[in-house]
Amino acid sequence: MPDPEHPLSQENQRPISGWMKWLDRRTDIHSLLNEALDEPIPGGARWAYVFGSGLLYLFLSQVITGVFLTLYYVPSSDHAHTTVSYISKVVSSGLFLRSIHAYGATAIIILLFLHISQTLLYGSYKGRRELLWLSGCFLLALMLGMAFTGYLLPWDQKAYFATAVGTNIISEVPLIGEPLQQLLRGGPQMGTLTLSRFFVLHVFVLPGMLIAFIAMHVFLFRKAGAAGPFKEDPVYPKLPTQKFYPRQLVMDMVASLLIVLALALVAYFVPVHLGPEANTSDTSYIPRPEWYYLPIFQWLKVVSGRWSLFGGILLPGLLALLFAAIPFLDRGRERRPWKRPVVVAGFAIFVACYAGLGAISYRDDRTDQNVAAQLTRQKQAEIDYMRQPFQIQSQPSNPVPVALVTADPLIAKGTAIFAEQPCGGCHGDRGEGTTEAPALIGIGQKYSSNQLAFLLHHRTPQMIKGGMPPVDLNQADTDALVAYLRSLK
Amino acid sequence: MPAPAHLPEQMPVPVPERRSFLGLLLAAAGGLVSATLAIPLMRFATFPLRVPSEEASWSDVGKIDEFLSLAEPVARTIDVKKIDGWRSSVVQNGVYIVPTGSGNFKVLSSVCPHLGCAVRWIGKRDKFICPCHGGTFTNIGVHISGPPLRAMDELESKVENGILKVRFQYFRQLVAKKEPVG
Ligand code: FES
Repeated sequence: MPDPEHPLSQENQRPISGWMKWLDRRTDIHSLLNEALDEPIPGGARWAYVFGSGLLYLFLSQVITGVFLTLYYVPSSDHAHTTVSYISKVVSSGLFLRSIHAYGATAIIILLFLHISQTLLYGSYKGRRELLWLSGCFLLALMLGMAFTGYLLPWDQKAYFATAVGTNIISEVPLIGEPLQQLLRGGPQMGTLTLSRFFVLHVFVLPGMLIAFIAMHVFLFRKAGAAGPFKEDPVYPKLPTQKFYPRQLVMDMVASLLIVLALALVAYFVPVHLGPEANTSDTSYIPRPEWYYLPIFQWLKVVSGRWSLFGGILLPGLLALLFAAIPFLDRGRERRPWKRPVVVAGFAIFVACYAGLGAISYRDDRTDQNVAAQLTRQKQAEIDYMRQPFQIQSQPSNPVPVALVTADPLIAKGTAIFAEQPCGGCHGDRGEGTTEAPALIGIGQKYSSNQLAFLLHHRTPQMIKGGMPPVDLNQADTDALVAYLRSLK
Repeated sequence: MPAPAHLPEQMPVPVPERRSFLGLLLAAAGGLVSATLAIPLMRFATFPLRVPSEEASWSDVGKIDEFLSLAEPVARTIDVKKIDGWRSSVVQNGVYIVPTGSGNFKVLSSVCPHLGCAVRWIGKRDKFICPCHGGTFTNIGVHISGPPLRAMDELESKVENGILKVRFQYFRQLVAKKEPVG
């Protein structure tokens, strides 16, 4: 049915019927769907374009598994490790979901690398796509931030010490380093406040920003249009186009399906480890970051000392700026990689150096006997910990005992009088207070014995208004009751 | 940026049937992927509902000799271990050991069957009296007067190695029949 509002040709319209029509009249969802599915792709669908959708899909998976993990997780240094252990060892599918979430982070890093490489090689950042590129740069930083903040949350040895090193690096930044580090840690030392902060960043702040930037990224992408293959002009595409639906959608779906299946297989057969709880006084522990942060770690070892300001701050900062500025510097309409040797070679050199540093770090750890032995011990400790059954965490026993038996005979007598008189009906069984009358606990600090005895026999207008009945007791019983009241703590 | 309209499509536009078949295929594949996650997610979320609730554990009351020649009920505070998710806690509860004649006794919960206050043994009156709404019970816990609808609740007990043990449980309040809860 041709719609005068949307002058699309007949065959572009998907047939709609029944409830879809009902929904469409109210939401215009049909044209939205057409808009989304009919995105023209110059040169047609390609497997090279699946990484963006794959990332979106993985992000969704991280959000879902993350939300579910918080059903059991408690972000406090007293409980974090126990609850993650509970998730891994007790809750059904807990280890699997935690593994999906942890490996999902790694998968996102890999896909980010592929997505960025494809964009760089194809020159897809060209042609009024600077903001699209910049929003992507923010997304990259946010994702790295997610990986960094999420790492601490299980609060095992590995998590704790890797984050201690990570936050130490921040203090190297001149001038603002120290305060920044303290802000992030919630104090000069790592502790439960660090955990809360990382939790809030990982669960509220960064995901909120990620969602905003993903929306912006997708919006800008649709605005600029798909760039197509590298022989295509970035501003005025000339190649015949193909719609996003069905071919590209199928490719995206197949790729996402494969990614999730691969993730599920790895999570199922090689689940992530949880090590023993962080022991902050352990000085022998050798921290190592996740593999994708390993090259940075190695680099900081190389440039430590005299070169730390240049190597640790200026150079990385400069590289990041250069990276963000690529679409502003490489402005020509030429997109073929062999005609843009500076960008392509620059990126290749960076990747080679990064991988090389990682390899050196790996080799160093294997060749140094002591380090290698310690790393093996740490690995073994994790394996051993995973084998142990879950240890339920015992809380200190309830400090308020049932007031059935007490030692002091006067108080015991007072307890009995309190029980016989209707006191408990309003003031609570143990003087803890109810909606009817205030608590009596702690009243001994407010009134002396004489004052209390006086109040029992001479009610204040407020007590009378509150419905407190007169107390008719002889001197001895009054003393006992007062002793009991004063014993309430 | 849509392509200029006069350019031909690279591929023929699929006819609606093919599209809906593809849609079906996509839905099936999407369903499979979702199920990979959805089933464990559901199992994960409903886990606490599916674990069998712990059998109430046995708590020590004291040496059996103390209770063999009782003349009137005595109160004891027992430690009851409770498992709550990933933590266990010990809460204290009151019980009465009540002589039933010829050296026998039974163990009563101090929790009032009316609304759960701690019932007191008032020796002077040879009665259990609940302070909250004035429910009274005989010296073996049979209901005499007041709002409670049944006798005080007897707890399962046993003797092991000369130690009296009791299995503490809560019972539904405000009903005439004794039914365990939790
Ligand atoms: S709770 Fe005991 S009589 Fe109401």
